[in-house]
Amino acid sequence: MRESDIHINRVDWITVVIYFALVMIGWFNIYAAVYDGQAEKSIFDFSINSGKQLVWIGTAIMLIIIIMVADSRFFENLSLYIYLVFLVLLIITPFVGKEVNGQILSIGVGDFRIQPGEFAKFATGLALAKVMERPTFDLSKKNYQAIAFGVLMAPVILILLQPDTGTAMVYFSLLLMFYREGLPAGYYILGFGLIAIVLLALGIENNLYLAAAIVVVTLILIFLGKRTWQRILAFSAIGLGLIALIYSIDFVVGKLPEHQQNRIMVLFNPNLDPLGVGWNVTQSKIAIGSGGLLGKGYLEGTQTKFDFVPEQHTDFIFCTLGEEFGWVGSLVVIALFVGLLYRLVFMAERQKTRFSRIYGYCVVSILLFHFMINIAMTIGLFPVVGIPLPFFSYGGSSLWSFTVLLFIFVKMDSSRATQLGRLG
Amino acid sequence: MKDQRPVVILIFIFLVSIILLTKLFMIQVVDDSFMKRAESNAIQRIVDHPYRGLIYDRNGKLLVFNNPIFDVMIVPKEFKVGDTTRFCELFKISKEQLIESYTAARKYSSVKPSTLIKQFSTKDFARIQDFLVDYPGLFITTRSVRSYPNATAAHALGYIGEISAGQLERDTLKYYAQGDYVGLSGLERYYENDLRGRKGVKYKMVNVRGVDKGPFKDGEYDTASVAGKNITSTLDMDLQLYGEMLMAGKTGSVVAIEPKTGEILAMISAPFYNPNELTGADFSKNYRKLNGDPSKPLFNRPIMAMYPPGSIFKIVQSLIGLQEGILTPNTTFACNRSLVACHNHPSPVNLFGAIRNSCNPYYHQAFRMIINQEVSSNTFKDTEIGLNAWREKVLKFGLGSSLGVDMSNEKGGSIPSSKLYDRVYGEGHWKYSTIYSLSIGQGELLVTPLQMANLSAVFANKGYYYTPHLIKEVDGDPTLIPAKYQIKHEVGIDAHHFDLIQDAMAEAIYGTAARAVLKDITIAGKTGTAQNPHGEDHSVFFAFAPKEDPKIAIAVYVENAGWGGRAAASTASLMIEKYLRGSITRPALEEYVLAGNFIY
Repeated sequence: MRESDIHINRVDWITVVIYFALVMIGWFNIYAAVYDGQAEKSIFDFSINSGKQLVWIGTAIMLIIIIMVADSRFFENLSLYIYLVFLVLLIITPFVGKEVNGQILSIGVGDFRIQPGEFAKFATGLALAKVMERPTFDLSKKNYQAIAFGVLMAPVILILLQPDTGTAMVYFSLLLMFYREGLPAGYYILGFGLIAIVLLALGIENNLYLAAAIVVVTLILIFLGKRTWQRILAFSAIGLGLIALIYSIDFVVGKLPEHQQNRIMVLFNPNLDPLGVGWNVTQSKIAIGSGGLLGKGYLEGTQTKFDFVPEQHTDFIFCTLGEEFGWVGSLVVIALFVGLLYRLVFMAERQKTRFSRIYGYCVVSILLFHFMINIAMTIGLFPVVGIPLPFFSYGGSSLWSFTVLLFIFVKMDSSRATQLGRLG
Repeated sequence: MKDQRPVVILIFIFLVSIILLTKLFMIQVVDDSFMKRAESNAIQRIVDHPYRGLIYDRNGKLLVFNNPIFDVMIVPKEFKVGDTTRFCELFKISKEQLIESYTAARKYSSVKPSTLIKQFSTKDFARIQDFLVDYPGLFITTRSVRSYPNATAAHALGYIGEISAGQLERDTLKYYAQGDYVGLSGLERYYENDLRGRKGVKYKMVNVRGVDKGPFKDGEYDTASVAGKNITSTLDMDLQLYGEMLMAGKTGSVVAIEPKTGEILAMISAPFYNPNELTGADFSKNYRKLNGDPSKPLFNRPIMAMYPPGSIFKIVQSLIGLQEGILTPNTTFACNRSLVACHNHPSPVNLFGAIRNSCNPYYHQAFRMIINQEVSSNTFKDTEIGLNAWREKVLKFGLGSSLGVDMSNEKGGSIPSSKLYDRVYGEGHWKYSTIYSLSIGQGELLVTPLQMANLSAVFANKGYYYTPHLIKEVDGDPTLIPAKYQIKHEVGIDAHHFDLIQDAMAEAIYGTAARAVLKDITIAGKTGTAQNPHGEDHSVFFAFAPKEDPKIAIAVYVENAGWGGRAAASTASLMIEKYLRGSITRPALEEYVLAGNFIY
């Protein structure tokens, strides 16, 4: 470790302050979520989750210190090894891990357990940064695209085997970083178009209407342009392909596990079975909705206190905030997240190496995805997927992995002056 | 192109947060349905039912109280039975019953309480109380049912029962809820607002499994229940019980009033029922039984049965005649039996003699003078004017419309006006000869036993009455009773006219009701015999005593018991003695009434 490598005055304190603000608000909310007015326990009580979270916070701070004092080249040099280590951990998890609810997510000894799927996020970010940092790496070229997607897909496939669809989905958020790094916009238009059609196919009862609409649009497009045989054939093929896709969706959805099918159905019909499948979302919306403009006051929430919302201290922690601090409280937290993301984009753009810029965008992508999907799920805008709200949700793996993810980038940013510009 | 991409990413981040905040604003601020759903989720409203007020008699004896009954409740999850045989012995249930109740409770909820054993008496409860601690998951809830220690005055006290759908709809203040108990008849109904007290409300929080999580906002919104007010009735329980004993096995009414105040001392409707039958778990079963009983024990005869007043009405005619100046004490008529039937007595008679002998032709002639005062030369018109003017005077005696006693369904009886005869005979087609039977209390006249007792009070008071009532004090305060019972009603007859009437009534009982004569206490009374086309006549007697300073005015109706001088007069006399002396000096007369053989 070289003395000159700690650049305390170059640390981006705005990011650090927002991070601690979110962690502390999260900690208070975890206490509120497990608070029981009849058996008052201190927020520091280690027998309840807020006490345990304090331990996770303390250890997270230790992780931060370790990262900040480490050699700034450490992560860059070891990025591919770190990536490989986590791939190995992901491979062995199903064999040595502990099964909970049909999923094997964590490995460890005794009470000390980590979820490799959580930590593999920053490892994948580092690996992608490493393979893409060369100036010749051009995402508009097919072979480079193949490499990038290969690095991305390896952990995804392993995580899907656990199976943990929610965490696997998070990796696709890195497509945002690909966008920044030059993956042609056409892919995104195509992607969003397909997603839109899939959503429409799921949302509209009768697929026939959608198929008819596609036929009409295809015919219009054919008649608007030059009516060459090649063009007519190409358009017809695309149209038919889309129609085939629509009809295959029902088939694919039918093949999904039942709980995933239900989550999708509930999104399109929130009132479907409010006591069964729709319970989580319904109760979550009641809790948040009952908060009003200013909320019921700290520890005064009734919905989250009395277990109406399941998973309220982990994936549904936002309910506690919405209920007790209302819309204004939600606004403050969302503003903090937006501020953090804005700051991270700003920091990524000021990096002198492509490596750290790519890694910065990985951080942005992953945090944005978690923030967006987690809150959207609690208010019924997205199906229930088990992903935590960064820095808020209870749990060591979650807090540690986000802390490591973020502070590796803070570290890179603080030592950017010592690095030679290699921007491509 | 590439340099725009960070901007696109930032725009995307802002768009996402705006979408989230908009949706949050919609469910948190715009749509308030979530707030209501949250309340119904977690806040349970528990109604605290107040203790219903007690009812005492005029001497402070308890008529109605609340009898606690105990239900054994169970929380199946916490319940540990240990030795089942011992448990069954202690709680006096069979093993099968225990299993059945436990299974039902378990099926309802394993954490919410449900009833395991219903309705323990105080005695059984005392026995098991000490053992309860041995059984976790068991606790006791107390309810109360109305109870009547002397099983008396069923009609006057009334009963309570579950509120009906119709009553709930009429309850515009929304005080009551489904399943609440309300007074359905008698004092229970009339003084419902005093007796019921005020319900309290507790808000408590429950978690998702319905387990109690303590008071909502530390009880800030809770209201305590206020116990109902006790009321004191005007009834004299001993007199009431004695009257019920005398009337047992008969059909009819006894109403006794304190003349100076209008307070009802006793009010017996025979046949009667045990008020304890209409309480608690057997209410519906017993109500059906009583309602279907052909002797109609639920029918409240003193205020709902109507009879022609008969001879007693002659006194009213006499007073109207005297007040009008048409009659004087010396007015004499011959007992002309060609006008109307009569019985053997000296003739002609003056007014005193007419009352004493109950002379029908006298009143036929006197009433004609009251009706036909030759105001109009047209005899039909003259009769109409006379009848209506006479009717106004009769109504002042508290006849012809309900008095306003503090019970529901009081009938008003009937004093006919010209309209009735116009309807039956056609306008201008009837005259005195059509309506003359009114003169002797027959014809279209109908009165209730309560009105008759009140009439007796009017004679005792020499011209005024207080509306008869059953309420003496509310919450120990006599001024809290309804104002209408504190208003003196003058009947429009000068007091001195009553002297002759009272003398004649005191004299009359020696002739027609010798059984009623009481040594040392002057009873002024008059027999009546209400004609009954369906069978034996009804025996009627009304009286007040002592004549010099009346303390009790009474009317007795015994249906199908023939002459007024036998059943009714004997009963009235015994009631008067019981009330004034506290004991009976004539066991033979008592025997006679109890035996009940009045037709011979």
